[in-house]
Amino acid sequence: MRTSWLIAIFVVLLAAIPTALFSGYHLFQMTMVVVYGVAILGLAMLTGINGQISLGHGAFYAIGAYTTAILMNSWDVPYWLTLPISAVVCAGVGFLVGLPALRLGGLYLALTTFALAVAIPQILKHKLFEDWTGGVQGLVIDKPDAPFGLPFNTDQWLYLFTLGVAVVLYILAINLTQGRIGRAMRAVRDHAVAAEAMGINLAMLKTRTFAVSAMYTGVAGSLGAIAVAFVAPDSFSVFLSITFFVGLVAGGAASIGGTIVGAVFIEFVPNLADKVSKAAPGAVYGVILIAMMFLMPQGAGGFLYGLWRRMVRLGGK
Amino acid sequence: MTALLEVKGLHAAYGETKVLHGLDFAVQQGGVTALLGANGAGKTTTLRALCGMVGTQGEINLGGKRIEGMATEDIVRLGVAHVPDGRGTFMELTVEENMRLGAYTRPAREATADFEKMFGYFPRLKERFRQQAGTLSGGEQQMLAISRALLLRPRLLLLDEPSFGLAPLIVREIFDIMRRIRDEEGVSILLVEQNASLALAFAEDAYLLETGRIVIAGKASDISKDEGIRRSYLGY
Amino acid sequence: MEGFIHQIISGIATGGIYASVALALVMIYQATHHVNFAQGEMATFSTYIALTLINFGLPYWVAFVGSFAISFVVGVIIERLLMRPVANAPVLTSVGVFVGLLLIVNSVTGWFFDYTIKQFPSPFPDKALFGGFVSGHELGSTAVTLVVLLSVYLFFRHTRLGLAMRAAAFNPVSSRLVGVRVGWMLALGWGLAAAIGSVAGCMVAPVVFLDPNMMSGILLYAFAGALLGGIDSPLGAVLGGFMVGVIENLGGAYVVGTELKLTLALVIIITVLTLKPSGLMGRKVYSRV
Repeated sequence: MRTSWLIAIFVVLLAAIPTALFSGYHLFQMTMVVVYGVAILGLAMLTGINGQISLGHGAFYAIGAYTTAILMNSWDVPYWLTLPISAVVCAGVGFLVGLPALRLGGLYLALTTFALAVAIPQILKHKLFEDWTGGVQGLVIDKPDAPFGLPFNTDQWLYLFTLGVAVVLYILAINLTQGRIGRAMRAVRDHAVAAEAMGINLAMLKTRTFAVSAMYTGVAGSLGAIAVAFVAPDSFSVFLSITFFVGLVAGGAASIGGTIVGAVFIEFVPNLADKVSKAAPGAVYGVILIAMMFLMPQGAGGFLYGLWRRMVRLGGK
Repeated sequence: MTALLEVKGLHAAYGETKVLHGLDFAVQQGGVTALLGANGAGKTTTLRALCGMVGTQGEINLGGKRIEGMATEDIVRLGVAHVPDGRGTFMELTVEENMRLGAYTRPAREATADFEKMFGYFPRLKERFRQQAGTLSGGEQQMLAISRALLLRPRLLLLDEPSFGLAPLIVREIFDIMRRIRDEEGVSILLVEQNASLALAFAEDAYLLETGRIVIAGKASDISKDEGIRRSYLGY
Repeated sequence: MEGFIHQIISGIATGGIYASVALALVMIYQATHHVNFAQGEMATFSTYIALTLINFGLPYWVAFVGSFAISFVVGVIIERLLMRPVANAPVLTSVGVFVGLLLIVNSVTGWFFDYTIKQFPSPFPDKALFGGFVSGHELGSTAVTLVVLLSVYLFFRHTRLGLAMRAAAFNPVSSRLVGVRVGWMLALGWGLAAAIGSVAGCMVAPVVFLDPNMMSGILLYAFAGALLGGIDSPLGAVLGGFMVGVIENLGGAYVVGTELKLTLALVIIITVLTLKPSGLMGRKVYSRV
């Protein structure tokens, strides 16, 4: 069986089963897994495939979330229309951030994006923007109903909508990263000088990758805002950026499929760990992060991807 | 004469790449042994192997004690001083600090007396004592590297291509000083050199290395007189 | 005018804290070319240790020294356990380990000492001095940080061990060849950096109150200071820390308001890295292709 058929079946099952069987909170969790998957996918393209380390992707997630919230609250823009607008805004911001990032190598970029992540909540709380952002209290958004009278409740519709958008984004990402541009991105990651010598325009590639990456995580933020129906500055602390980084590593930094593993990880582990102790989620993340770095540089996602490829090869025979 | 250093069946590899394939050689007590060969023959690797900087198999005997597998810092404390290729100067530190580091393993009072001795061999170091080492010329850095090694009061001195990148006049000056050192200090020397004629004039014994194997071994004077060997292997 | 002078003096006081943390960051960076993202969390943990000792009934300065010593040991242990394997790993791996360390220290701190905000005592008199220009704590804290910084400087410049540590940071291979045990020098460097962090934490906690996330903002300012001064120059880092302290105070008072002070740090970082990445006193690093 061809891989694309397997994936298509997988997506249909992913759409049908949770919608039919889960409800309320569990369906919401599935929605968030999809949201986080897209967010981590953005980070995977930038850090895993293109080699630019970002510890600040929570900032783009926040910008996407707030763009959607502000558009819906202040200007009554329908939720689905906020997505393309948010995509453009985040791509623009990503491009602007990508410009100074050109001059920064691995460690310095990590540092700067870390600083961005730490500073973002303060900016979001600032009085200047309070009228739009709702200041410290944030903004509440209405959850959307299923359109055209389709027989789904709000949670179900949210899940299917998010899944649909995510599928499109994933397909685009796979096409991008498996084609010429993807090879160029990897070449720049592995040996920038050689890549440049072969004619790749380093600056354009890196800033555009930043833009695309920011766009993905930003759209994820928008989807997340719609799902949660609420945005507030303290939801977007540096811990969010670190969480995305953990999800990236858990999935195997350069693996597209791994982003789903990472998303599942960061959605469910804190819930489980919280039962042990309030401090546990952070500790679990930290231990996993360090263990991954020592033992499985390819991440759990990379390991599973290896299994997947073996399965596909067997299935193709 | 007894051998200070005896090496049997030395193999060395960088990761998967094998570089030395079973070397046997020795350095006599108080003598000078030359290790010759072209680029890539494995001369530098041999010195690194003796210092524990490379993974090795085989026997390395220093004064009767087996030192293969020991850490570099411990081998150094047994009296082995290595002047690496490229001099290994601490560029950001001053000449004084470089020399203090050379005497790191020795008690402080010995160091001050030894400094004077080094100035006797290399007066220029006294002039540049407080200067940053990175600003010294190539020849001066070589002198500094040699004194750093001698301040250890070594039994065995390993010299990796001391003539490299230096003008012939400076090279001669350094080799003359090394003759003095050999006579006055009684230290045994293993000299790696691409400049074969220079090395053969200085050493008593010589070995020729080719792609990780010793192809010729003997007295330096015999080798330098043998025109056949000189033409085929040493290029002069 | 008086307010202005007070802001500058306050800025110098906080700058001393930033300078200390910046020095710790630069020490580790010089030795390992890694940035210790967990430096802030480690300092917070040290401050809690100090508070615990004080609550046991020990006098302030005994607890201060106790925390200093314990932090030193913890720093050494962390280096020996975690940092040896990643010494030559790719950047992403080492960033991952440091972020992991950050998370673990942060969680352990919260777990041991809970998340309620606590008061931390200051050993200095509470009154305003010199006609109200400076508080007792500001003066005392500046003095303490200056003493620590000066001692560290003297240690590195004029002792054998300090020289060996500098050598190990500059040229580990040549250091081994003179008998310096490079691994232990790195561990000592980490210990010293952790101990300096404990001083910074104890000096800042009376002002900002103690909670597990106390140092995240301060870490940012320390980064800005270290970059501004030059991330491979200890003297630069110290000067940079003081400068950032003054800029932060003046900027917060007269330009951006106190709510955006962290953004100011971010702006400093971006400006330095864009205009002069080696900082005011760092050396330009050229990498051979």
